Amino acid sequence: MTESEYTIQKIKNGTVIDHLPYLTHLWLVGKILKFHKLDEPVLIASKLKGENGYKGVIKVENKALTQDEYNKIAIIAPDATVNIIENYRVVDKKKVELPDVLEGIVKCANEGCITNNERWAKSKLNVLDRKPLELKCHYCEHTFGRDNVYIL
Amino acid sequence: MTEHNFEGRDIVSINDFSREELEHVLKTAKSMEALTRKEGHTFLEGYVMAALFFEPSTRTRMSFESSMNKLGGKVINVTDAKVSSAVKGETLYDTIKMVESYSDVIVMRHNKDGAARFAAEATGKPVINAGDGKNQHPTQTMLDMYSIQKTQGKLDGLTIAMVGDLKYGRTVHSLATAMSHYNTKFRFVSPSFLQMPDYSIKELEEKGLDYSLHKDMNEVIKDVDVLYMTRVQKERFSDASEYEKAKDMYILTGNMLEGAKGNMKVMHPLPRVNEIQPSVDQTAYHYYFDQAANGVPIRQALLALTLGVMR
Ligand SMILES: [Zn+2]
Repeated sequence: MTESEYTIQKIKNGTVIDHLPYLTHLWLVGKILKFHKLDEPVLIASKLKGENGYKGVIKVENKALTQDEYNKIAIIAPDATVNIIENYRVVDKKKVELPDVLEGIVKCANEGCITNNERWAKSKLNVLDRKPLELKCHYCEHTFGRDNVYIL
Repeated sequence: MTEHNFEGRDIVSINDFSREELEHVLKTAKSMEALTRKEGHTFLEGYVMAALFFEPSTRTRMSFESSMNKLGGKVINVTDAKVSSAVKGETLYDTIKMVESYSDVIVMRHNKDGAARFAAEATGKPVINAGDGKNQHPTQTMLDMYSIQKTQGKLDGLTIAMVGDLKYGRTVHSLATAMSHYNTKFRFVSPSFLQMPDYSIKELEEKGLDYSLHKDMNEVIKDVDVLYMTRVQKERFSDASEYEKAKDMYILTGNMLEGAKGNMKVMHPLPRVNEIQPSVDQTAYHYYFDQAANGVPIRQALLALTLGVMR
């Protein structure tokens, strides 16, 4: 049996997130989707052979993604695709896409920023570039890349 | 001709202004300087400016207060802003909501980056940023431009050297941005670990502007129209011996100015420590005190424009 023959069990209804970076970012997706709060089965596969090297796949039963969740996944896995499953069939296929502005989704990487020091202040970051990711804080004008992204 | 309407507008960041808008502010400042004492005194009668300084800055506060007073407006001072509210745990948002009901325009200095934009979004009253942490100090940049225009008779086609701590100095980043609207040649002089940040350099490269990096100030003095000096702040250095090494590398003395162009002016955002020796004050090249004084017409212009008293 070769690696490419590994398959993960199909889900009946829910969401399949495919083409995830295979190792370090999988747990982040788990954090974004709040696996610890889900009462539904979650299937996680890592290091599957994809068209462009290894990839990860996550399947969640009975869950549709919110817009915030799409945006967050787009930050850490810009190449991810999302399949919507109904009755074991793919009824919709979407590519995650980063919006131009991220509000309350990513923490400003500048510790001296007002959004990190004022109670109830919401972060607001403008997406300057997608590949590689470059964000600019609407408030403090600090720019930073993916290495300094902390997802709220 | 484009109509400019600054009424109700916030003055938060130099990046919010187009070249035409900046020139409109400079033009208005010039007309402010031409006002007689009597004419000026009625302009902002009945208006109240709140000076909200969460971080002390006597120079900037006095300049704003003087600007408002000269135009007949009133100033309410929240000098102990830090003590009275922030320490008690009041949010900036709530402080602004309190101050907005007592004033027509809010001038704020704050130690956190981005505080000015945050305050501006909390209120419909115009907010003028008098410095927000390491981020912006737009009225300083405008008075720098005004000083350049006044001494050089133009803004286009000049060679400007910026000397000192260019990495952390917000005034030089903003001035570089402002002057990049023009065909400016930039000469950046600093120790390599305090050079201009990448994003500033990238901005100049994208605009195709001429710039060069230097370690020795003497390489550029004879060629420049403006020598913009800045302070090297001790707190920027992690190592005290590094500071001792750097601090004296960029000290300007009167003799060093021999052979400089006749129109050349030495500028500095002040306060200076020892980077400009008193011998420079004795030469015709020094301009920093006049530069600071130019803050008044600039701030008068911004107060009158944002309050909608002038267009
Ligand atoms: Zn920020």
